[in-house]
Amino acid sequence: MADPNPFLPISQPLHPTDTSLPDGSHRPPSKKLLLGVFSGLFLVFLFLALINDQKGSQQSIHSQEDENVASLASSKESAKPEILRPISRGVSAGVSEKASLISSGSESSTDQYPWNNSMLSWQRTAFHFQPEKNWMNDPNGPLYYKGWYHFFYQYNPHAAVWGDIVWGHAVSRDLIHWLHLPLAMLANQWYDQNGVWTGSATILPDGNVVMLYTGSTNESVQVQNLAYPADPNDPLLLEWTKYSGNPVLVPPPGIGTKDFRDPTTAWYTSEGKWRISIGSKVGKSGIALIYDTEDFINYKLQPQALHGVPGTGMWECVDFYPVSRKGEHGLDTSDDGPEVKHVVKASLDDDKHDYFALGTYDELNNTWTPDNPEIDVGIGLRYDYGIFYASKTFYDQNKGRRVLWGWIGESDSEVADVKKGWASLQGIPRTVSLDAKTGSNLLQWPVEEVESLRLRSSEFDKVEVKPGSVVPLDLDAATQLDIVAEFELDKKVLRNTAESNEEFSCRTSKGAAHRNALGPFGLLVLADDSLAEHTPVYFYVTKGSNGTLKTFFCTDQSRSSAANDVNKQIYGNFVPVLEGEKFTLRILVDHSIIESFAQGGRTTITSRVYPTRAIYGSARLFLFNNAIEANVTASLKIWQMNTAFIRPYPNIR
Amino acid sequence: MKISGTLTSIFLGHVPLLTMFLLITQFSVAQSDANMISQTCKQTPYYNLCVSCLSSDPRSFKADVRGLALIMVNIVKAKATMSLHFINQLIQRRPGLKKPLSYCADNYDAILTADIPEAVEALQKGDPKFAQDGANDAANEADLCEANFHGKSPLTKFNKVVHDTSATASAIVQQLL
Repeated sequence: MADPNPFLPISQPLHPTDTSLPDGSHRPPSKKLLLGVFSGLFLVFLFLALINDQKGSQQSIHSQEDENVASLASSKESAKPEILRPISRGVSAGVSEKASLISSGSESSTDQYPWNNSMLSWQRTAFHFQPEKNWMNDPNGPLYYKGWYHFFYQYNPHAAVWGDIVWGHAVSRDLIHWLHLPLAMLANQWYDQNGVWTGSATILPDGNVVMLYTGSTNESVQVQNLAYPADPNDPLLLEWTKYSGNPVLVPPPGIGTKDFRDPTTAWYTSEGKWRISIGSKVGKSGIALIYDTEDFINYKLQPQALHGVPGTGMWECVDFYPVSRKGEHGLDTSDDGPEVKHVVKASLDDDKHDYFALGTYDELNNTWTPDNPEIDVGIGLRYDYGIFYASKTFYDQNKGRRVLWGWIGESDSEVADVKKGWASLQGIPRTVSLDAKTGSNLLQWPVEEVESLRLRSSEFDKVEVKPGSVVPLDLDAATQLDIVAEFELDKKVLRNTAESNEEFSCRTSKGAAHRNALGPFGLLVLADDSLAEHTPVYFYVTKGSNGTLKTFFCTDQSRSSAANDVNKQIYGNFVPVLEGEKFTLRILVDHSIIESFAQGGRTTITSRVYPTRAIYGSARLFLFNNAIEANVTASLKIWQMNTAFIRPYPNIR
Repeated sequence: MKISGTLTSIFLGHVPLLTMFLLITQFSVAQSDANMISQTCKQTPYYNLCVSCLSSDPRSFKADVRGLALIMVNIVKAKATMSLHFINQLIQRRPGLKKPLSYCADNYDAILTADIPEAVEALQKGDPKFAQDGANDAANEADLCEANFHGKSPLTKFNKVVHDTSATASAIVQQLL
């Protein structure tokens, strides 16, 4: 008898009872036939499973697709060449060309800018933290210990671009005068071979320090590692020991191996456990994972994340800390109570900005609820509206304040960075507190120790700046300054100005050339005599419906440099100005960095500028008022700032 | 003997089945990898360039998005290397263009010594935003080089391809963030 033919075409469904044979004859099912049929079935099922799996993986790719197509290098687009001649606008006869503000933009040379050594070396700062050379990024593990402030940072020992990351280290008595120490941690273990990345310090009640940091393993998996001082009696904390059982945390199920980094300082719970947060993402939602530990070695992932916000993408450098409702002093990270609000902060990988939100922490249920979900983390307020990323706070138990560090990258081209041999700064450390007057802002202010750099001062009292005019301020020099200024608008014009529907945003405006009846007004920083280069830092006031005034605070880089390979965006945001308040600002100018604070630090803007003419003795400072109608009265106190002489600690290796 | 004969014939009979199975699955695998490239490239500014560049590298058919980004960065490196080579030759032959050409040599040198290594390391070590910095800067350097010639550039084709491939790499990296 012929063998049963087990070969069946794939497209035909199989029925175990199907016994028809190609030749049409029937046979009763036999064991061998059944075996053949079942194995054929098995193969078909395999095939179907494979098809479905392919479809499945396609679907997961689809779900990653809801991204905007990346726009190229928006932060580094070169400015279109524009007309050089100042066009006088607005105010009539009396105002000469020279006095009126240059409006729509200078001609930046379309030639590649020939940066020379003089211009490039001018860019190095006098009193901002930066290593002697090469690349720096995130601040790490800041703390106060045995009389010294410690600062660690992401560092590339080999180049002026990111790479080969290790931990740099420096100490200071006062957060301003820093002394460089040898590298604290190298990439010498399998669990941090591809990068000794960002981490935070926790000071235990007995005074000992533990450091948790992210390592990128030899297979580029992100894990968390424990390190501690090799000698706790060494106030300089020169040597660090990595725990022999590292890593102490690996990505949990459901979390990507490259989406798990930047552990926070721990806080102590009422249950007697230490708790930390690590940022991550699930799909497109940024989240802050929570782990509990008693020994910093064994951890328990909490079932619920501290918080998450859809659409915000990966949360890097998460920070979580309490602030006093009354606003005055800083609070230890473990502090809690009815007089306390908690801040959740994240650095958004997607847009390279730091966002925070105020809310209430329910420690027992381990949940945090934002005060205003419309301005939740990642969709609301930023620490700073310029360049300010990967920031981290610590509680300074020495002076009872919470201090914020922020990484300030470059906004010039990498060619220039490679030429000058370095890239990046840290902002001047800022105290952070709740704005008790609005209840919905944080106030940031440069630490008071920066004032120890103040040398001689110049005062200008009630200077009247007419509409469409510029007033030079006579100073010995203008590249290292601490400026405190207040402005008052002409009250009559303020009352009588018509309301407008203007929807203003610093970023999309015409910068300082964008005029209305009431502004803009402020200062032209790092300007040269001819005003071919200048960086306006200013207020712009609009009068909306019901006569409500809305104030914006901006920094306009569009004319900051004749070079065409630097960022020329306009930064800024709304700033609350309360009834009875004058417009106040503080500006720290330190060569290629300008840090501006409005209304006591309600809104801040850090900007990197790279002038080619307004450098050294040619830099000037001007008051300006580009309003069409209103007079502005300005009072200022301006200090020349000394260098901080940041240098290597003497006689250490 | 009889049983083994039957088993043998069952197995042999399955060979054509298996072959067809393998062929069809390979076909569907290839389809879905081509889909991966297509889906990835749809989110870049120069779709056709993206697809043709990635398809020209056999590794792309098994690559995930990170792998595709690395392939693209490698292509930028190759194009930049060619461009720099051409620039160095031109400098000899067109002394009148020495100044803009030597600026361009600086631009391309920066791409090859800073941007590309940074992008590769960032992708390999898992911090892709720095790869985007490198790719974005590379595109800028190509633009700056082109701008030096005020419209009469002998390098337009090179600058355009480096710009476009860098922009493509940047857009692929964006999908990793």
